[in-house]
This record gives sequence, structure tokens and C-alpha cells, in this order.
Amino acid sequence: MNAGVRAIKTPAEQALSAAYAAARAKLPGKGAIVELREAAFERFDAAGLPHRRVEEWKYTDLRALMRDLYPLAGLPDAAAQARAQNAGKLLAGVDCRRLVFVDGTFVPGLSDLAPEPGLAIGSMANALGKNDPLVTTYVGQTFATDDVAVTLNAALMGDGAVIRVSAGAALKRPINLVFATGSDKPSSAFVRSLVVIEKGAKAIIIESHESGDAQVNAALELVVGDEAHVDYIKVTQARALHVASLLTSVGARAHFNSFAFTSNAQVVRNQSFIRFVGEGTKASIGGVSLLRGKDHVDSTLLIEHAAGHCESREQFKAVLDDESHSVFQGKIVVKQHAQKTDAKMMTRALLLSDDAEADNKPELEIFADDVQCGHGATAGALDPGLKFYLMSRGIHEKEAEALLIQAFIGEAIEEIAHEGIREALMIAALKWLGARS
Amino acid sequence: MAFLEVKNLHVEVEDKKILNGLTLSVEKGQVAAIMGPNGSGKSTLAYVLAGKDNYKVTEGDVLLDGESILEMTPDQRAAKGVFLAFQYPVEVPGVATMTFLRTALNAQRKTRGEAELSTPEFMKLVRDTAGHLGISQEMLRRAVNVGFSGGEKKRNEILQMAILQPQLAVLDETDSGLDIDALKIVAEGVNRLRSPDRAMIVITHYQRLLNFIVPDVVHVLARGRVVKSGGKELALELEAKGYAQFQGEAA
Repeated sequence: MNAGVRAIKTPAEQALSAAYAAARAKLPGKGAIVELREAAFERFDAAGLPHRRVEEWKYTDLRALMRDLYPLAGLPDAAAQARAQNAGKLLAGVDCRRLVFVDGTFVPGLSDLAPEPGLAIGSMANALGKNDPLVTTYVGQTFATDDVAVTLNAALMGDGAVIRVSAGAALKRPINLVFATGSDKPSSAFVRSLVVIEKGAKAIIIESHESGDAQVNAALELVVGDEAHVDYIKVTQARALHVASLLTSVGARAHFNSFAFTSNAQVVRNQSFIRFVGEGTKASIGGVSLLRGKDHVDSTLLIEHAAGHCESREQFKAVLDDESHSVFQGKIVVKQHAQKTDAKMMTRALLLSDDAEADNKPELEIFADDVQCGHGATAGALDPGLKFYLMSRGIHEKEAEALLIQAFIGEAIEEIAHEGIREALMIAALKWLGARS
Repeated sequence: MAFLEVKNLHVEVEDKKILNGLTLSVEKGQVAAIMGPNGSGKSTLAYVLAGKDNYKVTEGDVLLDGESILEMTPDQRAAKGVFLAFQYPVEVPGVATMTFLRTALNAQRKTRGEAELSTPEFMKLVRDTAGHLGISQEMLRRAVNVGFSGGEKKRNEILQMAILQPQLAVLDETDSGLDIDALKIVAEGVNRLRSPDRAMIVITHYQRLLNFIVPDVVHVLARGRVVKSGGKELALELEAKGYAQFQGEAA
């Protein structure tokens, strides 16, 4: 493309450039990190926000959806911290180690920092500031991509969590990264976290976002070592704009399960970039999105089987009411040498309204010749035969629908191994259903 | 007036006329068999009584206990005592049989202004009833009809009927797909529910089922109306002579 003919910048693009220019001297990091930021910003400056003619963003036109940039959030004061106290409520009943981030900034005072053998916890801003070798080794390296949301995050990343679980350690409790809005004015935050689970370690990592009127660009780099067992769960409720990128590399003979639960979301894009780099790994990648009103939820996956003998299962479900819009884009790439790959992807959308829209785009790109891969996609209304059966037994129409929707969602949520989290998400789903008029 | 009065009922499905002036009465305490060739409208009658969508009543009425039920939704009819044992019970993935039974029973009780059953009361009711029908606890924990054999699905229908205690039970080809042993279990379950307070309609193509559920009256349905009524011996006559005599008539 000729750089000279790029379209005029939108107000949001101009604001992003201005925000970077104003913040660059204060953003944490030096040396290689500064180079990373500069290179990232240049890429963004050249490409601009993605729009519908960018294939990966076809159904989530960020240039149109992001009219303007909210001011970058400042450090949370006492009032902001107090407002954020109630965040993470959805999982309040689950015994977790909570690490709390208010407007993107780590707040140790609200966090559970009790020591545990094999576990190291830090803040990203700190780690960047002192050139922590863990950060310089992994940040920007876990899954390199030119995706604009990831690029913007690299340019403007402020704070986040840095977690390391040492080889062989098994965490006693799940870690819950709670990202909350404390500001009473619209604000934006660029958060970046790094989670390294070393060989043979076991951990459950929950990333919760309960955002108010905030624009959040979150990225989490997750390194799953050989023979590690990792469950990653993301819970998102966002009133304004939320774009999150999971960048993952999974080693050999590991068990990796990922699940995304999204509800009460105005505009959410969850993109997962997952690469299998070692043989013999089993992975389950799933999610449930509950949409109503004009909610827009985009689940985009890029699964790369770069090593053979791995099994991956992708199952995503969306329930759509009113005029909501769900997007599922799932691409499985099997590299030439990744023989005996077994990958199956399924996406289902349940449409409760004639005005809702579900776009499903599954893709397979296979370069190896001895693999088992498949995908399926459905979109449809509740089965009238099932509804009649339930109603013929005396169950009222709305209750019959609720039972069937619950069953539809439950099938996906049941995949979560941790009982407390599973129950909390089921309760959240029932609450969402209960609010259906 | 009989408990169930079907009066000159005309029904269309997708612009095709299926019931053609069907008139039928069933008293409480009575078991009425409805027999007829394929396409005579037997299952349509069952669905129209239960309130399925897409069945358009163009003429006539259905009165239950003197009240027309045609404007009622399926759940309202169920609360009024209508129960249909499906010819092909559907599988409901993700909804446990126990949950389903309890939701249905309590919904009906609520509609009728009765108190919901407590958990221990409900559990005892289900356990006792399931035992008679050879339905295990394991089956009750499974999703409704998912992975059930044909016989298990039919027994599950009878279990629901026994729990819900309807005033009008309609059994649509309950014998289809059952071997003789399964048929006996199902028939015993139905016979246990015969009561002076309940009207039953047993729809079947074959006489065989009526050896086990002996009807008080037999109605022959052809081309969407009742063409002959009689006692239980009428079923034997049909078994011997077939339906040809009725299909030819007035054609």
C-alpha cells in the first residue's frame, strides 16, 4: 500500500497518537521495551484502527465502533479504589487469591499477597520499570502478531500482573485477576499481564473484567510449560468497549483449558491466539456469550498446531436476544510437520429474537497430511418440538424457554473442571436469564 | 355432558384437511380406544387436544368439563388435566429428568393455586412411581430421554403421567416400537392409573395393545371422523377384517 494515500485519520486514531505522544516518556520500561513500544506505535500509525475491509475485523468494525478515545486513566485515588471494592462479585463465592487492578493499575492494598511456595507475583509496571528478565524474555514474544489491538496494547501498556508459577508447583487456590473501573469519569486503560506456568506446574488463572464506562484494551501473555496443567477462565462484563487478547504458547504433554464467559457486554472482542509448540498436549477452548439489547460480542480464535500429536477441542456458544450481534471467527492452522493433530471446532448460536444476528466463520488451514480436523456451526431458534413437549407437561412458555436455554448454556459451562467457578458462572447465567422479559 | 366432548371438529395442517367433522365423547372412568388406518387423523386428534401449534381448527369445538380448551396454551391445558403420552417422546439434552418432573408438577400446581410439593415429598412420589415402572435412579438423573431406548422413553411417558395425575390422558401409539415385555410393563403402568376420576384415550393402529389395556369403548377413525363405535369386540373384528371396509366407504 502506498503510505501517501491512507485515509484521513479518525478522531479516535488522532487521539490515540496524541495519547502515545503525551505518555511515551512516562510509560514504564527502558531499552528493549522502549523499542518494542516505538515499533508497535509505528505499526499502528501506519495501519490505523481495523475496519470491515480488514478480514480479521470484518464483523467488528473497530474504526466505526470506537468513535473517540476516552482519556487515559490516571492512578486510582482513594475514592476510585473505594468504588472498585465491589468488583469481582460474580466470583465472590469462590475461594480465590484476588489481585485487584483499578483503572488498569495494580492496587496491592486490595490484593491478597499472602506468600505461597512456588508462586511469584508482581506488577507489570514495576517489572517493566526495572527490566525484569522475565518480562524482557516473554513480553511481545509469546505469540507474535501484527494484530492492531495487540500492537496498540504494546505501545501503550501500563500495568497488569506478572505471575510465575515455578516448575512442579501446584497452586492451592485459583488466582483471580480482577480488573475494575474506579474512575467516575469515562477513562481508558491498556493493561498487559504475563503469566508463566513452568514445567509440570498446576494453576487456575481467572481474568475478570467488570468495567463501567471505560475503554479497556487488555492483553495477557500466558506461557504454559511442558506437562503443566492450566485452566484459564475469563469473565467479562463491560459497559463500554473491551478488546482483549490472549497470547498463549503451550508446551508438550500439557493440559490447557480455556473458557470465556461474557455477559452484559456492550462491545466486546475476545481474541485468543494459541500455539501448541510441543507434542502430546490436550486442550479445550470454549466460551459462552449471553447477549441482549444491542450487545456486540466477538470471539475470535487463532489456534496454531505447530507440533504434532496434540488434541484440541473448541466449543463456543452464544445466546442472543433483542438486536444483539455475536461473532465467532475460529481458525485452526495445522503446520506441515504437525502430524496426528486432532482438532475439532464447534460453534452454536441460539437466536431468541428475529432481530439478532450471529456471524459464524470457522476456518481450517491444514498443511499436514495425517490429521483429523473438523468444524461445525449452527445458528437457530429454540426447537419448537422441545418447547411444546415441556409446555404440554404444564411448564409455562417462559419457563420452558429458560430451561432449554439453561441446558444449551450448561453443556458448555459443564466443561469447567473447578466446581466453584462452574457454579458461579451457572448462577450468573441464570441471573441473566432471569432478567429476560 | 361427558367429561370430554369433541364436537364436529375440523382441523387443517399446512392447508391440508386432516380432521373432518370428528365428534367424540369420553366419560370419566372410561377408557376409549381410537383405532384407524394410517393417515386417518389419530395423531392429529392427540396433538389438537394437547394444543400443538400449526394445527388450525376451522370448525367445531373441544370441551373439557364443559369448557372450551381450544384457546388455551398447552401448559394451561396441562394444568386443567390434559396429558399426552407422545408417540415419539423427544430428547431434551441438558435437562435432568428429575428437574423436568419437578418443574412440571410444581408449575401445574401453581397454576391451579395449589402449594408446591416439598423436596422429600416429591422424591418419595417419584421413587415409588419409578419403582413400579422399572425406572432406575440413574435414569432419573439423566437428561430427559437422552440415550433412552424406545421402551425406556415410553416408560418415562407413563412415569410423567403417574406423577402428574391427569384427568384426561391421551396415549398416542404407546405400543409402537415396543417388544412384548416392554409393552406389558407399559400397559400395567397405564392400568394402574385407570380410575373413576380419569378419562383415557388410547390411540393405536393394532389390536395387540388392547389385549393388555382393555377398553370400554372402541371408536374407528377414518378420513378424519369417527365412522364406527362399539365395544371391545370391535377391535377384534378390525384385527380380522382390517380397515379396508372403512377406507372404501364413501370414497
